[in-house]
Amino acid sequence: MSRENLQLDSNGKLRHFLTTEGLSRQHLTEILDVAESFATVGGKSVKKVPLLRGKTIINLFFETSTRTRTTFELAASRLSADVQSINIATSATSKGESLLDMLHNLEAMHCDMFVVRHADSGAAHFIARHVAPHVSVINAGDGRHAHPTQAMLDMFTIRRHKQDFGAIKVAIVGDVLHSRVARSQIHALNTLGVGELRIIGPKTLIPPSFSKLGAHIFHDMNKGLEGVDVVIMLRLQKERMKGALLPSESEYFARYGLTEEKLALANPDAIVMHPGPINRGVEIASSVADGPQSVILEQVSNGLAVRMAVMSMVLGRQAESTDGEKG
Amino acid sequence: MKLTIRGGRLIDPANNIDAQQDIYISEGRIAAIGIAPEGFVAEQEIDASGHIVCPGLIDLQARLREPGQKHKGTIASESRAAASAGITTLCCPPDTRPVIDTPAVAEQIRHRATEAGLARVLPIGALTQGLEGQQLSSMQALQSAGCIVIGNARHAIASTLIQRRALEYASTLGLTVFFNSEDPWLGADGCIHEGALSTRLGLAGIPECAEVIAVGRDLMLVEQTGVRAHFGQLSTARAIDMITEACAKGLPVSADVSAHQLFLTEMDVAEFDSACHVRPPLRSQRDRDRLRAAVAEGAISAICSDHQPHDRDAKLAPFASTEPGISALETLLPLTLRLVEEKVLGLNEAIARLTSGPAAILGLNSGQLGIGALADICIFDPKHHWRVEEQQLLSHGKNTPFLGWELSGKASTTLLEGRIVYQATQ
Repeated sequence: MSRENLQLDSNGKLRHFLTTEGLSRQHLTEILDVAESFATVGGKSVKKVPLLRGKTIINLFFETSTRTRTTFELAASRLSADVQSINIATSATSKGESLLDMLHNLEAMHCDMFVVRHADSGAAHFIARHVAPHVSVINAGDGRHAHPTQAMLDMFTIRRHKQDFGAIKVAIVGDVLHSRVARSQIHALNTLGVGELRIIGPKTLIPPSFSKLGAHIFHDMNKGLEGVDVVIMLRLQKERMKGALLPSESEYFARYGLTEEKLALANPDAIVMHPGPINRGVEIASSVADGPQSVILEQVSNGLAVRMAVMSMVLGRQAESTDGEKG
Repeated sequence: MKLTIRGGRLIDPANNIDAQQDIYISEGRIAAIGIAPEGFVAEQEIDASGHIVCPGLIDLQARLREPGQKHKGTIASESRAAASAGITTLCCPPDTRPVIDTPAVAEQIRHRATEAGLARVLPIGALTQGLEGQQLSSMQALQSAGCIVIGNARHAIASTLIQRRALEYASTLGLTVFFNSEDPWLGADGCIHEGALSTRLGLAGIPECAEVIAVGRDLMLVEQTGVRAHFGQLSTARAIDMITEACAKGLPVSADVSAHQLFLTEMDVAEFDSACHVRPPLRSQRDRDRLRAAVAEGAISAICSDHQPHDRDAKLAPFASTEPGISALETLLPLTLRLVEEKVLGLNEAIARLTSGPAAILGLNSGQLGIGALADICIFDPKHHWRVEEQQLLSHGKNTPFLGWELSGKASTTLLEGRIVYQATQ
């Protein structure tokens, strides 16, 4: 199998957006800069720009999601693309064959982009490898592997508050093992040259191999939060109790829940982030989630600008490119 | 039928022969080596000059997919692929559908193999009924139906008590037990070696300890029961260390490794390459190096294919949803020869790992070409360079991560009991 970057076209432009891993700092910075230009569109009375007029985007959600799907739909329609969302019960397409059959059927309807969410790690790569050359794929979350647009909206939010990535310390707290968001954040933060990256949680949720991804592991939250500028809390799924990964929600909250006392250990101007939806009283106290340092709702609105940026870069590229490159 | 193989370099590790010798075959057996028996008139002569002549290869683990999954392969299709790769004996694990837990299934497999007439197929009997780890199978009946070894394939027997009883009973009958040791819980959800790559890709891992703990448990029970034990397709350095130690203690233990484990590592999974989805998973570089050393030292006395042909759809899905396994019969010999090229071991030792080594594990008198032995013979051209490509694989399964590899060594003629079952067209 060739090791060329599946995400880039022959001109080095973003052709698919599957993961933040393996992209250069220039690529990620470009996404943030383009998103910055779109961040104002939402506030205007005329909310649409005609960049993707005539393009067809299909949201393929094999896993239920309300927020992510909605922001992708909104982003597509604000770029004037035609958008269609399809929710597929995972049970109906557990077989690869029917998945591919469905893709080829949709391709035959002349669509230009698939936005894919799937419960299996690698699903977006698999689809990107098998779509027709003119179709682009954006990963809206695959298993535990990657959720690159979420990570980029987090980078966008951080940059708006902290300017220089090299000067800050970031802590990601919680269920890193099962988190596609955390993996994408780790790659993005390292590529953008973050000063220090810490991940905090119990050994059951942070295997030692995470240190090889360029993160310092802390099992003691108090030590981990000392002097950080950004605290990213991860959602804790309730089913983690069943797999003997944790004894109880209350014990988890006592040790790893973000309270005002713990937050006081971070820098005074530290921001608190969460990819949502939040479990109040499980990973974060309400007073912190709604407190002055929280930028959680800001993240949501930034999600729109970042998704518009990625969609326009990937599809806009096709309008510019004349060499008719093949995938 | 009388046949002479002329001009080849005969390598017969079991008999310490490595010399240019002619071979005289009569009535399906070796009649003489070097000098023709008095009055011997060959009806056919095979010119083997420039080629190596060795015993037919014995593959300790090959799934032929019949009965139960004929869309992936049949005894006829896979034994044809085996013959073309110089393999004359195939051991078929009991996880067919139905399971090889009754004499009828064992006999059916042997019957089909005889019908195809291209390779000897040895069914491995199930250790427990349905491989479910609850009730002992009728081992004596299986033995009578031609199962010379027994095992529970990759279905771990969760209860140590039942495991112990099964081994005691197998030992009573003098059966060798084939183990595929893996802890049933530690690797349950996994599909890739647990390590840096599983973390990066967000795939559930199968930790090293899943194999090591199971081998430890099994070795203890082997010691307790005195059963002759063979550990198949080992993947970890630490399991090899334990096997080596057990052998040093004098336990009746042997081990094999699948050829792909000697060349690939977890890193070859790269970006979700489902061709590299195998069980046990491709491990670390350190494990690979230790496996190679063990093959060289002889602690691992056999290299097998662990052949698992698949239909195309089985590998066309997101990684964890694909089926594990590699179509491997046709790369077994050239990959083993590549170990010689890479100076891991000598040519004679390499051939021993494919012939006399596995024969000894099975307790067979084959895998050697002494006078009177069955004339199962592989003639190959060590300088035949070829590129692994889908269309030239005879197996129904085209699922191999070695596609595109340039390999050396290919069987030109294969004999089964003195009958030509494969001859390259050139």
